[in-house]
Amino acid sequence: MSSRNDSEAPRKSKAGFSRRGFIRGAGIGGGVLGTGILEKQALAAPPAEGKFVGPGAVPITLKINGKTQTLKLEPRVTLLDALRNHLELTGAKRVCDRATCGACTVTLNGKSVYSCTVLAIDAQGKNIETIEGISNGKPHPVSTAFVNHDAQQCGYCTPGFVMAAKAFLDHNPNPTYEQVKEGLCGNLCRCGTYFGVRQAVLEAAKQVKGGRNA
Amino acid sequence: MPDYNWPPMDKRRVIGKPTLRRDGLEKSTGKAKYSSDLKPPGMLFGALLTSPYAHARITSIDTSGAEHMDGVKAVRVITPAGQEVQWEGTEIAAVAAVTEELANDAVRKIKVQYEVLPHLVSEVDLAKAGNRAKAAGEQVTGDPDKAFQEADVVSEGTYGIPVITHCCLEPHGNVVQMQGDHVNLWPSTQNVSGIGGDLGKSLQVPIANVHTRMQFIGGGFGSKFAADRWGVEAGLLSKAAGGQPVKLFLDRATELQIAGNRPSAFAQIKVAAKKDGTITAWQSSSWATGGMAGGGMPPIPYVFTEIPNKRLNHTAVAINTGGARAWRAPNHPQASFLTCSAFEDLAAKLKMDPVELFSKNADYTARAEVYRAQLQKGAELMDWKKRWHPRGESGSGTVKQGMGLAVNTWGGGGHASQCRTTINPDGSVIVELGSQDLGTGTRTVITMVAAETLGLPLGAITLRIGDSDYPPSGASGGSTTVGGVSSSTRKSTMNALEKLFATVAPALSTTPDQLVAVDGRIQMKSNPSKSLPWQDACRKLGTNKISEMGENNPRNPGGLNSSGVGGVSMADVSVDTETGIVKMNKFVAVQDCGLIINPKTAESQIHGAAIMGICGALMEERIMDQQTGRQLNDDMEFYKLAGIDDIGEIVVHLDIAPQHDKRGVIGLGEPPVIGVIASIGNAVANAIGVRVPHVPLTPDRVLAALEGRNA
Repeated sequence: MSSRNDSEAPRKSKAGFSRRGFIRGAGIGGGVLGTGILEKQALAAPPAEGKFVGPGAVPITLKINGKTQTLKLEPRVTLLDALRNHLELTGAKRVCDRATCGACTVTLNGKSVYSCTVLAIDAQGKNIETIEGISNGKPHPVSTAFVNHDAQQCGYCTPGFVMAAKAFLDHNPNPTYEQVKEGLCGNLCRCGTYFGVRQAVLEAAKQVKGGRNA
Repeated sequence: MPDYNWPPMDKRRVIGKPTLRRDGLEKSTGKAKYSSDLKPPGMLFGALLTSPYAHARITSIDTSGAEHMDGVKAVRVITPAGQEVQWEGTEIAAVAAVTEELANDAVRKIKVQYEVLPHLVSEVDLAKAGNRAKAAGEQVTGDPDKAFQEADVVSEGTYGIPVITHCCLEPHGNVVQMQGDHVNLWPSTQNVSGIGGDLGKSLQVPIANVHTRMQFIGGGFGSKFAADRWGVEAGLLSKAAGGQPVKLFLDRATELQIAGNRPSAFAQIKVAAKKDGTITAWQSSSWATGGMAGGGMPPIPYVFTEIPNKRLNHTAVAINTGGARAWRAPNHPQASFLTCSAFEDLAAKLKMDPVELFSKNADYTARAEVYRAQLQKGAELMDWKKRWHPRGESGSGTVKQGMGLAVNTWGGGGHASQCRTTINPDGSVIVELGSQDLGTGTRTVITMVAAETLGLPLGAITLRIGDSDYPPSGASGGSTTVGGVSSSTRKSTMNALEKLFATVAPALSTTPDQLVAVDGRIQMKSNPSKSLPWQDACRKLGTNKISEMGENNPRNPGGLNSSGVGGVSMADVSVDTETGIVKMNKFVAVQDCGLIINPKTAESQIHGAAIMGICGALMEERIMDQQTGRQLNDDMEFYKLAGIDDIGEIVVHLDIAPQHDKRGVIGLGEPPVIGVIASIGNAVANAIGVRVPHVPLTPDRVLAALEGRNA
């Protein structure tokens, strides 16, 4: 057992440093910064375009699913929180909130990203596509394949998985089984649906235009 | 009374046919709304301030900084000055504000002073537990001393399985609106019908005034039954804010710290046997923790309960960590791990194939024939005879292959459940239950039972669940949901159909008992050409709808469901003896399961259980720091779960057969997760020639075990 007095700082208090706080701090070009090596590097780096914005809400223009929308958001707001809290696009889920699990996956200019670790302000000028965007009207073949192979249980990881799989297939239209396993290892599922996901992505590859098996 | 029995296997049109989950597309297109996705008008964002200390007394708390912020609508102290906190993550205060960012800022403005007190956060070394260790009385059966003296072989070992968390992807939490003495609750719960009673009691409002709604839940695994502190606080914040709804979900760190975990289990075990492998005695000294409440003894020796001579000692260790909750098959994975590891070590000492050793001792179990048949089936699917080798005899290469097995047992059955079926004059059918679909396929199963009974296609059934206004159905725990809801749905739809038959019989010049519902028609049993399409039959109701209840009574399920299953897990692994990395080659699950309504989702359950077990065997553990009293891996980067490339090949064999089918529906959410960790641990021992005593089998532990052997 150990005892210590309160003067020792806890490892990670609500007021202290976190990776999330760091990216937010870096994004606003020097806002709330704590202490540590990473912050020092952040201070040394010039803010993007030399422009200081915030800390209050500023106009942020996002092109989401082909539609341009202007929101008033604090510069520290992540793309994920902008989607979920301000646009009610709740397909992307907040799970780990630090770029580990992939439940928040969306695409930026066709490339899959963890939207929990992208600031909304930094997503300006890029084409943002969410699960809602690919599910407008007819379901995307990846979504259908996830149903056909029962690649989901509770479904909380599923929209992120579908977006990751869609982006993966856009870049690898005719993957092997091994490539599927490698290409989708950035998404985690707790219910254990990977077996179905592997099958679903292979089936979807056949359906998606451009696949050699189409 | 109608004949509620399930139709004979060969007469079923829907039940038993692999069926896609009904809500699949809603989930895979992102349309499914979980409670954490909701934003009712005027909703405020809640945030919690939690204790950074494992054990401390709060000396002062000052919330004024938060209260004076623009946009902060309510601030509440949860643990006032003078009180002690017993683990990291304890809820200290809560705020509600107009944005999430502001709520988090406000929490940071609350000033708390703590007097830090001594803590204990690890139970691995029992010698260091001091007065936190509480020994239970010794239990002795037969004459273990004599049996150990007379044994041909005695095998001894130490084994440990750590605390792991549920790590539900949707964290615990809810949106709550409290206006006067009326409460709207949108929780993430395994208990739609019951959680409102829990919350209502804490908020001191009439239970009838709590309206609970939840369409989807992002994982529970046994940890989401109660209203919890965050439910009550969200309600009180809402009330304080004038009745605006408040969303309060745990962040990931808090989720991993306090929202439930599976107790650990450690044991020194001695097993005595004859030369032929017959086990004669068991002796164990075990210890465990589930937080400040300590940890109970897992049911050991597991499955092989009738070993004639036993001595059991157990010590519960209280530590300063968040409390345990039911974790998918409570206490069974630990029991299976301790027992099957000790048996594998005994088999190795006897130079005996464990399939043979487990079969030989199957008479000590409650279902010897089931296990013997399953061991044989598993061995066949695993190509065991060809691929198994005696422990350590895995060739001269640096990558060693090995195989191991373990067993499971579980109750299951059917929980209390009521269902209401409405047949409308326009032919539409509405089935309502206050149940929930955890992703197990409950919606699909209920719809299948209704379609089977009413002779209709699945699409003709409108199913409504997830609302406390519907007839009450039990919490989803103990693998009892499918048994409960399928039985109540069967009875309710059957009762409604009887009413429809009574209305239709005169039009077909017959009596109701002569009618059946088949392929969208109501027809005479003896003369199928004498029939009415479903729509026409329902039109005979005139302006009156039929509304009939059905109930599953767990004490009298009437043959529709029962409990008690066995199963076998087998694993094939490769271990790199230079890096210590364990790779899954193949996993086989053979599961006794009673009547299976939907083989598709049933298989998915077992796949999922296998993968969850692989996580527990190779990666998952809560790591506490004794210096600070804090969890070192309260994030998903270092609280490791398996990814898509970590699981190898998985083969599932459902024991679907007439002799099992006649037992009715049993439920299998839990049993297939039980033996996975033990089977993988045994496979690694078989591969590398030594036992790695503690799971998860991380590279450092594997290398340490190998070095111990070489030393």
